[in-house]
Amino acid sequence: MVKEIERAGIPVVHMCTVTPISMTVGANRIVPAVAIPYPLGNPELTHEEEFELRKKLIDKALLALTTEVEDQTIFD
Amino acid sequence: MSKFKVVHYINQFFGQIGGEDMADFPAEKREGHVGPGLAFAQNFGDEAEITATIICGDSWFNENLEEATKTVLSMIKEEKPDLFIAGPAFNAGRYGVACATIADLVQRELGIPALTGMYEENPGADMFREKVYIIATGDSAAGMRKAVPAMAKLALKLVKGEPVGASAEDGYLPNGIRKNFFEKKRGSTRAVEMLMKKLSDKPFTTEYPMPSFDRVPPQPAIKDITKANIAIVTSGGIVPKGNPDRIESSSASRYGGYNIEGVDDLTAETYETAHGGYDPVYANQDADRVVPVDVLRLYEKEGKIGKLNDWFYSTVGNGTSVANSKRFAIEIAEKLLSQGVDAVILTST
Amino acid sequence: MKLELGYVDINGIRFGDHNAIEDRVLVVNPDELLEPVLADPLIKTARFEIANPGESIRITPVKDVIEPRVKVEGPGGIFPGVISKVDTVGSGKTHVLRGMAVVTAGPIVGFQEGIIDMTGVGAEYTPFSQLHNLVLVMEPVAGAGQHEYEKAARLAGLRTAVAVGELARELTPDETVVYETASIADGFKEPLSELPRVGYVMMLQSQGLLHDTYVYGVDAKRTLSTMISPTELMDGAIISGNCVSACDKNTTYHHLNNPVIQDLFKAHGKTLNFVGMIITNENVFLDDKIRSSDWTAKMAEYLALDGAIVSQEGFGNPDTDLIMNCTKLENKGIKTVIITDEYAGSDGKSQSLADADELANAVVTAGNANEMIVLPPMERVIGTLDYIDKIAGGHDGSLRPDGSIEAELQVIIGSTNELGFNRMSAR
Repeated sequence: MVKEIERAGIPVVHMCTVTPISMTVGANRIVPAVAIPYPLGNPELTHEEEFELRKKLIDKALLALTTEVEDQTIFD
Repeated sequence: MSKFKVVHYINQFFGQIGGEDMADFPAEKREGHVGPGLAFAQNFGDEAEITATIICGDSWFNENLEEATKTVLSMIKEEKPDLFIAGPAFNAGRYGVACATIADLVQRELGIPALTGMYEENPGADMFREKVYIIATGDSAAGMRKAVPAMAKLALKLVKGEPVGASAEDGYLPNGIRKNFFEKKRGSTRAVEMLMKKLSDKPFTTEYPMPSFDRVPPQPAIKDITKANIAIVTSGGIVPKGNPDRIESSSASRYGGYNIEGVDDLTAETYETAHGGYDPVYANQDADRVVPVDVLRLYEKEGKIGKLNDWFYSTVGNGTSVANSKRFAIEIAEKLLSQGVDAVILTST
Repeated sequence: MKLELGYVDINGIRFGDHNAIEDRVLVVNPDELLEPVLADPLIKTARFEIANPGESIRITPVKDVIEPRVKVEGPGGIFPGVISKVDTVGSGKTHVLRGMAVVTAGPIVGFQEGIIDMTGVGAEYTPFSQLHNLVLVMEPVAGAGQHEYEKAARLAGLRTAVAVGELARELTPDETVVYETASIADGFKEPLSELPRVGYVMMLQSQGLLHDTYVYGVDAKRTLSTMISPTELMDGAIISGNCVSACDKNTTYHHLNNPVIQDLFKAHGKTLNFVGMIITNENVFLDDKIRSSDWTAKMAEYLALDGAIVSQEGFGNPDTDLIMNCTKLENKGIKTVIITDEYAGSDGKSQSLADADELANAVVTAGNANEMIVLPPMERVIGTLDYIDKIAGGHDGSLRPDGSIEAELQVIIGSTNELGFNRMSAR
C-alpha cells in the first residue's frame, strides 16, 4: 500500500514494527514502531506517558516526511 | 463425436526443410501433421486432430517480426481451429521465442487455448511463462518422447475446459500462480530429503522460489509541514465500533474510509479493531495506539501541521493479498489526492 | 533420552455409566468426566459430543485438538508444569491413545478458531477427520474476559485429555516404538561421527491472545531460544495456546506428534545424526526477533550442526523470524530447509511470504492457505455456525443459506500445517 500511494505522487512514511518487511517490500521512509499490537502506544505506561511516547513517534514521522531521501531510510 | 481441430507450428528443422542453412524459410502452411505432429496425432487419439501445420524458419520469424506474426496469425485464423500448439522448442532460443510469441498472440487475438513446450533456460520461457502454458522439456530433441505426451495431455485439458492442476502436477513451467495439490509424501519427509540433497551438494528443487520486489522512487519531501494536510492510512484494521463495513479479520476484500472531522480522540466506545492477526485488546482499549488521531489533532491545533485530513482509511493487513492491497491503495490515493492531501502516515501492526 | 511409546489403538467412543476403555472402545460417563471442567467458575456450561470419521458432522469453532496420553514409567506426567507437576519428561514409557482426540469447541475467543468436517471435501484437508473425536463444547460465564476464557478452555481440554489418557495406564499397547537420542559425546564417536550433524529448529507462535504457546507451562513470549529433547514433546512439554490461523496453528496434537521429529528419528543413525532440537519464539517486538534468531544461530553453531530443518508457525510478521533464522544459520555455514505455508491470495498470484531472502533457497511449502473451497452442508453441527463469516478465511456471506460454506482453506484446522504434517503442497 505504501508504494502505491507513493507511486500516485504522495510522500508516505511507514510506521511499523517489523521494519525488515518494510525494507524488503520497498518502503522509502520508515519509522520503527513500538510493538505489533500497539505500534504507537505502550499499555505498560500511564496515559500521559503514552501520549508523550506517541508524540515523539509522530515527530519522527514528520521529520521523515520533511527530509529528502534518495534511498530507503529508517528514521530511528 | 467430432474431433477438436488443432493447428501446429514448427520450425524449418522439425519441418524437414533443412537446418540452420534454411532458417530464413518463410512461413508455409501444409495440410495435416508434419514431423513431430505425428507423435501428437497419436497422443490425441480420436479426441483431436492436426488439420494444418505451419512451418517457419527461425531467422525469418525473428528478423521480420511484424510481418511474420501477421502472416502466421492469418494462416492459423483461416483454419478456424479449436486449439493451437507450438514446438516443442527444447533449448533452441529463436524457436522458443517464436513459439511462445505466436501462442500468446493466438490466445489474445483468436481467443482459443494455446500451448507450447521448451527447456526452462530457453529465453522464450522467462519471457512468456506467465502468459502462456509452457510444458517443461529437456534441453534437446532427445526429450521429444516425454515432451509430446505431456503437451498433448495439457492441451486436451485446455481445449475441453477442464481445470488445470499445479505446475508440478501438469508439467508446465511455474507461471506465478500458486496452486495446491497433494504430494505423495508429507512435508516433513520432503524436508528431510531436501536437506540430505543440499548437504551432499546434490541438486534439489525448492518448492517456493523467493520473490524479488519492485521499488518506487521516493517522493520529494514536504517543504512546509505547518501548511500540509496529513492523512492517516492504516493496515491495522481500526474501524468504527461495530465494524459497519464488515472488513474481514483476514484476507480483507475491502477497505473503509472514516470521517474524523471534529474528532479529537479515538475511544473504546467509538472505535475498535477488525484485524484478527494480533492481540486486539490494546487497540480496542485505545485505537490511537494504531491510528494517532489524538496527537495529530493536537498538532493541528498547535499549528505544527496544517491539517489532519478529515478522512482516514483503514483495512486489515492480515494475510491480505498483495493484489488487493495494491487495488485498495490506488483507490485510496485517488481519494486522498482529491481531498488535497500532501502526505500520508501509514501505520501497520 | 530414551522414551518408549506404547500405542493403544482406539476404535470408537461411546457414552456409558462409567469411564473405561473396553475392547479398545472408549466409554465415557459425561457427568463424571465433566466434573473437573465445571469446577472452573469461568465455565458456565459444558457437554461432550462424539464425532466419528465419515459422519456428516461439522465441528466449529475449534480451539485445540489434544491426544490423550499417560506416563506409565519414568519421571513426570503428561503436560508438565500445566496439568502435571513440573518435572523433566521425555524418558521411560508413555501410553498413547491412538486414533482419537479430545477437541475443544465453543463460542469464539477471537477471530481464528476453525472448522473440522468429518466427511466431504473438507475432510480431505484436515487429519482430524480421520480420528474418533470426543468434543468438549463449552460456554464461558457472561463477562469473562477474552484472556480468561481462552485459559479456561485450554485447561479444560488438557484436563480432559489427561483424565482419558489415565484410562489406558494398565492396558497392553498394540504397538511399541522406541525413540532414543544420542548424547553429544556419542555424536563424535563412530558410527555417528561419520554422519552429517542435523538439528531441528522449531519456531513457536508467541504473539499474545490466542497466539501463544507454553513450554513446561512457561509462556514462550518470555523465553530465550533454548534446547529441548525431542522426546519431551511426546509427553506434552509444549502445548498450544493459540489458534492462528486454524490452518497453520500447531494444535497440541501436532506438538505431541511432531512429524519432523518422527522423520528425523527415522533417519537418525542411518543417513544423519539427529543431534538435537532448538525451540525459538515469534514475538511482536523487532528486538525480540533479532535476539531470538541470534540466539538460535549461536546455539546451532555451538552444537556444530551441518544442517537444520526450520519449521514455522503462523504467517505475516513471523515470516521475518523465519527469514532471520534461516539467513543467520546459512551465514554460519549451516545449511537449512525451511517449512512454511503461503498466503498467495485466492487467485494464487500474490507474494506468498511477507519477507524474503535469496539464502532461503530450500523451501518446503504446505500450500496456499488463501485458496477457496466450498464445504458441503453437514447434517449435524457440534458447536455453532454463528462465527463462520468472522473467522480468519471467512467473509461476509461465507455461510450460505443451505448450510454450505464458501471460504478459504485457512478456516480448516491443520490444513496448511507448517510442521509438514500433511501431503498438501503448492507450485
